[in-house]
Amino acid sequence: MYVAVKGGERAIANAHAFLAEERRGDPAVAELTTDQIRGQLRLAVNRVMAEGSLYDPDLAALAIKQSRGDLIEAVFLIRAYRTTLPRLGSSRPVETGAMACVRRISATFKDAPGGQVLGPTFDYTHRLLDFKLLAEGGVPDAPQAVASTALTPHITAFLNRDGLIQDEPACDTTPPDLTREPLELPASRALRLQALARGDEGFILGLAYSTQRGYGRTHAFVGELRIGMVAVTMEIPELGFAVDIGEVEITECETVNQFTGSKTEPAQFTRGYGLVFGQSERKAIAMSLVDRALRWKELGEDFTGAPAQDEEFVLSHSDNIQATGFLEHIKLPHYVDFQSEMELVRRLRTGAMQPQEAAV
Amino acid sequence: MTAQEYNFAYLDEQTKRMIRRAILKGLAMPGYQVPFASREMPMPYGWGTGGVQVTAACLVPEDRLKVIDQGADDTTNAVSIRSFFQRTAGVAVTEATADATLIQTRHRIPEAALTEDQILVYQVPIPEPLRFIEPREVETRKMHALEDYGLMHVKLYEDIARHGQIATSYAYPVQVEGRYVMDPSPIPKFDNPKLSDSPAIQLFGAGREQRIYALPPYTKVVSLDFDDHPFVASKAEHDCDLCGSDASYLDEVIVDDSGGRMFVCSDTDHCGGRVALGHRGRLSPARAEDAA
Repeated sequence: MYVAVKGGERAIANAHAFLAEERRGDPAVAELTTDQIRGQLRLAVNRVMAEGSLYDPDLAALAIKQSRGDLIEAVFLIRAYRTTLPRLGSSRPVETGAMACVRRISATFKDAPGGQVLGPTFDYTHRLLDFKLLAEGGVPDAPQAVASTALTPHITAFLNRDGLIQDEPACDTTPPDLTREPLELPASRALRLQALARGDEGFILGLAYSTQRGYGRTHAFVGELRIGMVAVTMEIPELGFAVDIGEVEITECETVNQFTGSKTEPAQFTRGYGLVFGQSERKAIAMSLVDRALRWKELGEDFTGAPAQDEEFVLSHSDNIQATGFLEHIKLPHYVDFQSEMELVRRLRTGAMQPQEAAV
Repeated sequence: MTAQEYNFAYLDEQTKRMIRRAILKGLAMPGYQVPFASREMPMPYGWGTGGVQVTAACLVPEDRLKVIDQGADDTTNAVSIRSFFQRTAGVAVTEATADATLIQTRHRIPEAALTEDQILVYQVPIPEPLRFIEPREVETRKMHALEDYGLMHVKLYEDIARHGQIATSYAYPVQVEGRYVMDPSPIPKFDNPKLSDSPAIQLFGAGREQRIYALPPYTKVVSLDFDDHPFVASKAEHDCDLCGSDASYLDEVIVDDSGGRMFVCSDTDHCGGRVALGHRGRLSPARAEDAA
């Protein structure tokens, strides 16, 4: 008669086995290797590293394989692994001016020292399906240029010389760590940038887009976008000096925003900043737009009620692991609560029906 | 079979110490929400990561752990969390409320009275009782600090004006020792009276929202109400169809296509215990045998 959902344990084990089989797919087709994912789905790997807040292409590739290509699930796997790692220390700030750029463009100047370098971009491809890729085959070698060893200066620094762009105050305080301390509001800009850097690409993109359409407009130009490898340097206390411990690929975006001045500031250009692991330029640009929109208070601008200006709204909802967890948890059993709601609705209905019946 | 690659109860000792500090602070200020640096756990936010972290910080190897979801030990998420701690802490587990030293729960308080030797850990989705009145954390923290709970009373009053009663049936707000208004987690309001004056330590963990709060033993917890609309701990107007209990919280189960219903205890250990003692309900298999 009464068949409750018993045997949860066996059901879970069976579901896991089914999942593993589905993940593998048709056994007649060769299994995907993590080397292939790392090498050929690099932008997916980048996104998982960025939102997972862990720079490790091999683990990110493994997470993508294990999650069957569900990138948010892959980010989750990386995050859960990341929390178990010990914190050995902090690196020095990364010197992006010394980046070995594979791509570097500016929308505000036709040319600048260091030049415009397109790099591996989709920008000017025609989005036509390339049916040749259905068949396997080699790719002709791309032409090579001699790597430049000169430093590539930041373009916004040129504007800075004339005082045309707002100076960012230098600061040596250790930035707060979102993964080790609870988020407390109001947040510093460093903390906001940290949250945006690991925030969901789609969410940040949507917010940035909303500022372009008038919800907290910031009139942004891409002052500079650069992608490349930078050295990570760490102070080793035993040695008494800093050593390079590795290098990471990052995307950095600085926007130049029109600013006509406010009650407190003279007219000059202002900046938004984006920095993301890997080649992730959509995310980096979006991040810099949202960063700029969030700076309204500091620049003496008006709060127009736009979502992208609202720090608490942005920071509380940008993390896709928190969001997806809470969203999907409503599929867990809630029948105790639902039962109490049913009692309430029944009681309210009885209360509402009685006067009607009395009137008849 | 502890998974050797992880520390006892999964979290590293530093993290556990951080969580214990938050718990102690919470116990010192009953009902106050203590921010803590919630970690990403290997289960999703919303699945009880707050409760799991509090449990991990409290567990010792001698503990006997019970995990319930909706009052039942055999719901899938309870099974999953229990096996997580079996795997990472190797502690003994039990389904018997009386045998457990630590009980992690989602949405229910066990029917059996708890003792001074027990800790009850609640999984909390939204720890802020004022959240749906004021969405901003900056504001709600201020309201708690100033003990400014006028808006909450207005909300409850509006319920009565509109519906003739307070239209909150679970996660019913309480006031702790006359000070902090607290969300008791989404337990049915039937369970609210059990919060007060409990001999057990009650800990509340909200992982995604990064908050821990607590009720030390024998804390006075009052469900918000008005003199002319006193709080009522309501439940379905039935007896359990399996054990005949008329005093336990019931789940309603649809049993056939024509909408037939049966009511059974949501607390499976309580129900099973009563059946073992010979209590019978309307649809007990034993009664069917008696008839045959």
